[in-house]
Amino acid sequence: MPAAKPLKTGRIAGPLDTVVLVGASAALWALAARWVGPQVLTGPVETIGYLGGLFADPEFRASVWETTRAFSLALAIAWASGLAIGMMLGAHRLTGEVAEPILTALYSIPKITLYPVILLFFGLGMPARVAFGAIHGIVPVALFTMAAVRGVRPVYFRTARSLRLGPLATARHIILPACLPGIVSGLRIGFSLTLLGTLIGEMFASQRGLGHMVIRAMETNDVRLLIALALFLVTVATGAGALLLAVDRRVARLGAGRG
Amino acid sequence: MGLHAQIPLGEPVTAQAAHVAVRGLTRIFPGANGRPPLQALGPLDLDLAPGEFFSVVGPSGCGKSTLLDILAGLSPASAGSVTFEGKPVADTVPDGVGVVFQEDSSFPWLSVFDNAAFGLRRLKTPEAQLRPRVEEALALIGLSDFASAFPAQLSGGMRQRVCIARTLVMRPRLILLDEPFGALDQQTKLLMGDELLRLWRETGATILLITHSLDEAALLSDRIGVMSARPGRFIDVIETGWARDRDSRLAADPGFGAITARIWRQLREESLKAMRAAP
Ligand SMILES: Nc1ncnc2c1ncn2[C@@H]1O[C@H](COP(=O)(O)OP(=O)(O)OP(=O)(O)O)[C@@H](O)[C@H]1O
Ligand SMILES: [Mg+2]
Repeated sequence: MPAAKPLKTGRIAGPLDTVVLVGASAALWALAARWVGPQVLTGPVETIGYLGGLFADPEFRASVWETTRAFSLALAIAWASGLAIGMMLGAHRLTGEVAEPILTALYSIPKITLYPVILLFFGLGMPARVAFGAIHGIVPVALFTMAAVRGVRPVYFRTARSLRLGPLATARHIILPACLPGIVSGLRIGFSLTLLGTLIGEMFASQRGLGHMVIRAMETNDVRLLIALALFLVTVATGAGALLLAVDRRVARLGAGRG
Repeated sequence: MGLHAQIPLGEPVTAQAAHVAVRGLTRIFPGANGRPPLQALGPLDLDLAPGEFFSVVGPSGCGKSTLLDILAGLSPASAGSVTFEGKPVADTVPDGVGVVFQEDSSFPWLSVFDNAAFGLRRLKTPEAQLRPRVEEALALIGLSDFASAFPAQLSGGMRQRVCIARTLVMRPRLILLDEPFGALDQQTKLLMGDELLRLWRETGATILLITHSLDEAALLSDRIGVMSARPGRFIDVIETGWARDRDSRLAADPGFGAITARIWRQLREESLKAMRAAP
């Protein structure tokens, strides 16, 4: 009998790759800043110093808090409704087949076109920001979940029956784990898009939050602040993204090697 | 060749003693989208004696999987009856029946051990009782060293054995296997056949094996049912007369060639029919 094969995973970036990548980006950034001058782009050292100072600034801290609140709420709504919609559509084939093209179309239109409608509904403020974040995230989560539920191999249902499992046990012990890799991928993409949506919402329909600070820095031509905010957002988003990707890979690995 | 004289047709088992009794079994699939209904199977009769190893061979599409589904209680009969241990089989899988499907159905999110333990865990079997039973089943199919591996790390044949272990742990008295070694190479198939024979002897279960391989049927079985082209019926039931204690070395026995020749003589005509009828 053949021996066990090692798990088929591609080479995954390790800590060294991260250091190299960050180092290279910083070097490029420094070069570019020197090239165009500090009126257009501040360099990495100066930006990090400035960002450090920002943490003491009460306005910045309030903005971070505002954005965190809006984003968490939007994410909770996007994940929960996306999961529920996706599961329903996945389990009910006909509804799913009708809804899929609609969802795909919704997914591909620029959400910014929905902006007037949302403003009309929610006015300026927290609800509009949350709604804008959530509509970015719901559709991909729903689409991924639907595909995952539909993709459960029929032989698993037959196996469940042959082991005399009831519907509840089948859902919990077979359908759910079988869908998990697809669902986690959807949640990860939903996370990024919800963050994007929340920030865009703050840029255009809010007097608060990091998105609003970005817009104001642009209006007042405060390059130092703008670059520091960008660095902060990129760092947070990439960190969270990497964390979710690690979870995603862990889950997907268990489903690897299937025909 | 006088084969019919050498290998007598098996005496039918009386209904009371039969472990599985099938009478007039027919399956008609209702025609969907304006197509006419399709008679996939039967009518056919079958009796399996307790502890018997019965193989079914037949041309592609003749209704073998349909037969297995109905015997397992996974799909309904259109006419006729199936009883298992004297009780009618309806639309649930009876306690004591284990099924191994043609496709790999191991759970990729569970280790080999947890795959095998799956059924017992659902019954809330205490871990102290569960462990030795799972270990015993893994030993029986030669996967003890891989208890903590995941299916993605195993070859196709090993995954299929994981599915067999998952079924064995439940201690089925009737094991239904639908071409479990279909995707494997010839050598592995022969070795898997030996393992199947060993666990058949050690568990005392009744086995019904569906196979495409005439060699596999001839080597493993007490009796071989040869099915006609669709709708499948038994056109011949061949008694091999092998001793219970046997293995794949039987392939060197002159009787082996005689049996495969007899199966093929029956099957050639039917396979041609099935090929011509294929859409
Ligand atoms: N759910 C179904 N609805 C309609 N027709 C079906 C259905 N399942 C099977 N059939 C048809 O019934 C016939 C028997 O199918 P079955 O799968 O039992 O054949 P088989 O002998 O197992 O074939 P193979 O050797 O290829 O596995 C085939 O013609 C198939 O197309
Ligand atoms: Mg089949």
